[in-house]
Amino acid sequence: MNQYDIIIIGGGVVGCMAARYLSRYQLKILLIEKQEDIGSATSAANTALIHPGYDPVVGSLKAKLNVAAVPLWPQLAQELEFPYEQIGDYVVAVGAEELPKLESLMQRGIANGVTGMHLLTGDEMRRREPLINPLVSGALFAETGAMVDPFAATIAAAENAVMNGVTILRETEFEDFIMEKGRIIGVRTNHGDFGCRWVVNAAGLYSDVVMHKAGVRPEFKITPRKGEYLILDRAEFQLKSVYFPVPSEVTKGILATATVHGNTVLGPTAVDQEDKNDKTNTPEGLAEVLAGGKKLVPAVDLRHVIAIFAGLRAAGNAPCEEPGVNCEYDFIVEKSKNIEGFINLGGIESPGLSSSPAIALRVIELLKDAGENLKEKANWNPLRPARPCFRHMSHAERQKVIERDERYGRIVCRCETVTEGEIIAEIHSPVPALSYDAIKRRTWLGTGRCQGGFDMPRVTQILARELGISELEVSKKGKDSEFLTRHTKDVEHD
Amino acid sequence: MTKNEYDVVVVGSGPGGLASAIEAKKNGTEDVLIIERDTELGGILLQCIHNGFGVELFKEDLPGPSYAQRFIQEALDLKVDTLLDSMVLEATPDRRLFVTSRKGGIQEIQAKALIFAMGCRERTRAQIRLPGTRPAGVYTAGTAQRWVNVEGFMPGKRFVILGSGDIGMIMARRLTFEGAKVERVLEIMPFLSGLMRNYVQCLQDFDIPLQLQHTVKRIIGDRRVEAVETVAVDERFQPIDGTEEIIPCDTLLLSVGLIPENELSRQAGITLDPLTSGPIVDSRFQTSVPGIFSAGNVVHVYDLVDWVTQAGFEAGRGAALYAQGKLPVSTSTIQTAGGDNVRYVVPQRIDLEALAQSGIPLQMRARLPIEEPAWVEAVTNGQQITRRALPYARPGEMVTLNLRPDHADDLRGADTITLNIMKR
Amino acid sequence: MAEEKNFPQEIICVACPKGCRLDVLRENGELLVNNAGCKRGKEYAFAETTDPRRMVASTVRVENAPHPLVPVYTAEPFPKGRIQDLLEELREVNLEAPVKLGQVVLADALGTGINVVASRDI
Repeated sequence: MNQYDIIIIGGGVVGCMAARYLSRYQLKILLIEKQEDIGSATSAANTALIHPGYDPVVGSLKAKLNVAAVPLWPQLAQELEFPYEQIGDYVVAVGAEELPKLESLMQRGIANGVTGMHLLTGDEMRRREPLINPLVSGALFAETGAMVDPFAATIAAAENAVMNGVTILRETEFEDFIMEKGRIIGVRTNHGDFGCRWVVNAAGLYSDVVMHKAGVRPEFKITPRKGEYLILDRAEFQLKSVYFPVPSEVTKGILATATVHGNTVLGPTAVDQEDKNDKTNTPEGLAEVLAGGKKLVPAVDLRHVIAIFAGLRAAGNAPCEEPGVNCEYDFIVEKSKNIEGFINLGGIESPGLSSSPAIALRVIELLKDAGENLKEKANWNPLRPARPCFRHMSHAERQKVIERDERYGRIVCRCETVTEGEIIAEIHSPVPALSYDAIKRRTWLGTGRCQGGFDMPRVTQILARELGISELEVSKKGKDSEFLTRHTKDVEHD
Repeated sequence: MTKNEYDVVVVGSGPGGLASAIEAKKNGTEDVLIIERDTELGGILLQCIHNGFGVELFKEDLPGPSYAQRFIQEALDLKVDTLLDSMVLEATPDRRLFVTSRKGGIQEIQAKALIFAMGCRERTRAQIRLPGTRPAGVYTAGTAQRWVNVEGFMPGKRFVILGSGDIGMIMARRLTFEGAKVERVLEIMPFLSGLMRNYVQCLQDFDIPLQLQHTVKRIIGDRRVEAVETVAVDERFQPIDGTEEIIPCDTLLLSVGLIPENELSRQAGITLDPLTSGPIVDSRFQTSVPGIFSAGNVVHVYDLVDWVTQAGFEAGRGAALYAQGKLPVSTSTIQTAGGDNVRYVVPQRIDLEALAQSGIPLQMRARLPIEEPAWVEAVTNGQQITRRALPYARPGEMVTLNLRPDHADDLRGADTITLNIMKR
Repeated sequence: MAEEKNFPQEIICVACPKGCRLDVLRENGELLVNNAGCKRGKEYAFAETTDPRRMVASTVRVENAPHPLVPVYTAEPFPKGRIQDLLEELREVNLEAPVKLGQVVLADALGTGINVVASRDI
């Protein structure tokens, strides 16, 4: 069987960041992802924010890794070229009774080492965001909050990892560990066995299933927590920044936030469920999102909605291991003591995205502490250039790109201004887009007002041509999700 | 070779765009350009292969592509310039367009007069906030139509159609013709959304059941649609518990409304009417930005293509006059407004001088159906100006009331004409 | 064919958009139409119960063209009961570009004397 130094289980933002940072060292690394595309579960369906770190319990691993990660993001965004904007964020108190919570959040932030926080009056908040609820009594502004495209960050990290020698296998599902004398020596998958010295469990919603296969932490359980979202038309509605409500014990609450793509997003709800696959939207969930959005920005209306989606967070039940820290649900980022060769990551819910680069660096520390002599590659390239993104370019820049490749002259997604050239580039990229949804996540195509109504037949044609397959094989999200069933004239006869 | 300046530029080559380009050419403007995003002219008509086009204008019952070809031929014979496979990226209030194509790259084109004829897009699943999973197999009827009729693919085997709009009913027949099974058509309103003729010839003919006051509660299926859960609704569109039904299917088609596509109109600073989602226009179909005209479904959703063509002719004439500096400036303008049982009225502004020269047809849609003899009337300052008897009034069929030149005197000094539709 | 059907029948008239609901009865071997709003309605009702016809539009395969299908339609209304057979016939048709609007793609379809013609040039 193929032999690796490290196998990473899971291609979400945590796994891909780990792969990217680990790719710096002279290690043979394999990342396995069970879905047809990386980053297609939690990493593609979240609130897309880098939190400053005032929210997690003081002293918890969540707090430490969140705050440690915040200063890494600007450089990462530059090196990997994904959309990232540090515009700060606001926690908005509505009514006088919510004001004390702002003060305690700020204190918590200071204790966690967060810088750049300011308390604002209601008047100042109204001045900064005219659309905010007129009953706002005050706000906490944190300068280090940022918006990001979480899928773009994930794919950029994955591509950089591949550029630096990491192997990524998709549609490859972990089944069991191969163990010898209390040590993991390999991983069994649906596509065969792979040998390794270390496994990194970055399996998100399934991290409990994976660690249990190694006999680790049998009491640990992931409870999928569903969050539903509404996306509003950017032509109708524009917010200036990121607005949180005053949080509850369990969740940061339903936000009204701008995004790096210019839309406004409302959400998420927080509903626990057993099913790790149920990402359905519900009428109750959508009603709750609208109500939460209206609390912050009363002008939001159903008329403005152009998209709905839901994501699942991997909420764990592992308490913080630091004595004296009362956090019931903390990250697990550890080298397992029960079994050799196992770096275990679990319960990476919010602030998981925010913390992901710091989690990756911690993984490296854990390996070093375990005696791994990590030698840097001489030719490690931290830079991953982004491909041209038409809608962000000036007419002059666009003209240059079209002159190099005329396929950038044809618009395929009218609402989001995505060209044929961009679609083709993603199909032939280091972690290729092989389905409609994969292209949608990478280019933002089909996310606008017409939700793919115009572009779907054209993208189907392009995918078929570029991949050398029949249009009947082109799928929305991999096997068994093909769009088309037969040619119009091939009628079956009973 | 496309020039940098044109007398008249038309965006879109559907029936609205073709008619306006032809009429502009015939009314004294030499340099007329049509910009079309597809690789051929004709717009949406190319995929509307069913009959029903030209009954009013030509007294013939033609399929969409045939109707289009008449105008395509005439436009080409008149030497209208065309720029195909090209998308307008940006339009400015001073009628400057930025267009992208494979061949030409980014081009800047200045128009003396501009006609927007971009048509409509379809209302989406997200806009009706349909809960459930997000599998393959959820399409708007128009997207399915493009696949079946132009690209040559069937998007499914067993269909449920949400919405009794014309496109949905037409597709029910089309899919059945091509060997698929259409299980049900659901309509949330208590009345048919499209034309009765389509109900008879597309649903009744094939024993496809139509359920009024029903909707889809959620979509079921992880990778591909496996079923939909339907439910009956009351007069306030609330689901009625206990009426749920699961219908196995592999495709859900949505025919839940058309929305005029006014992205470019917004960019050009044109004022839109929230009731139509299209530009506020006068009887020449000039928008609130001088020199920019608008024709066809981009203004409001028409029921027959023949009226779109007429609107295109009007816009083309207006644009030609404007480009030649001959368009009279309005001095006395009156607003129109929907009153009793009238959802909207087009044009929203009437110029009395234009009315005095030739009549103006007021086009509107009823909010609720009246299945008995009705009146449509125009009232101003409490006085009825004119009215017309209707055998009935339905939201799915546009209602027209003509203002005659002699009405101009009755309207002097008024500021609003209100249109009402009521029982006789 | 009408002889096999049961009377009375209710049909929706589509001669004009109004859509009157007509009752067609059989009395003394003759067909009677009630609540026809106009003469055309009566004519439509008779035709619909004795010899219903429809305009049929579909597509046929074409080679060497920008699209794999060309739209076609029956030059006149076609007997309703034979539409499925017509569609089966049309599925067997393979044209080659160029095709002209009005070109006959299936002459005298199913012996009805009705031609199926192309809806456009391609």
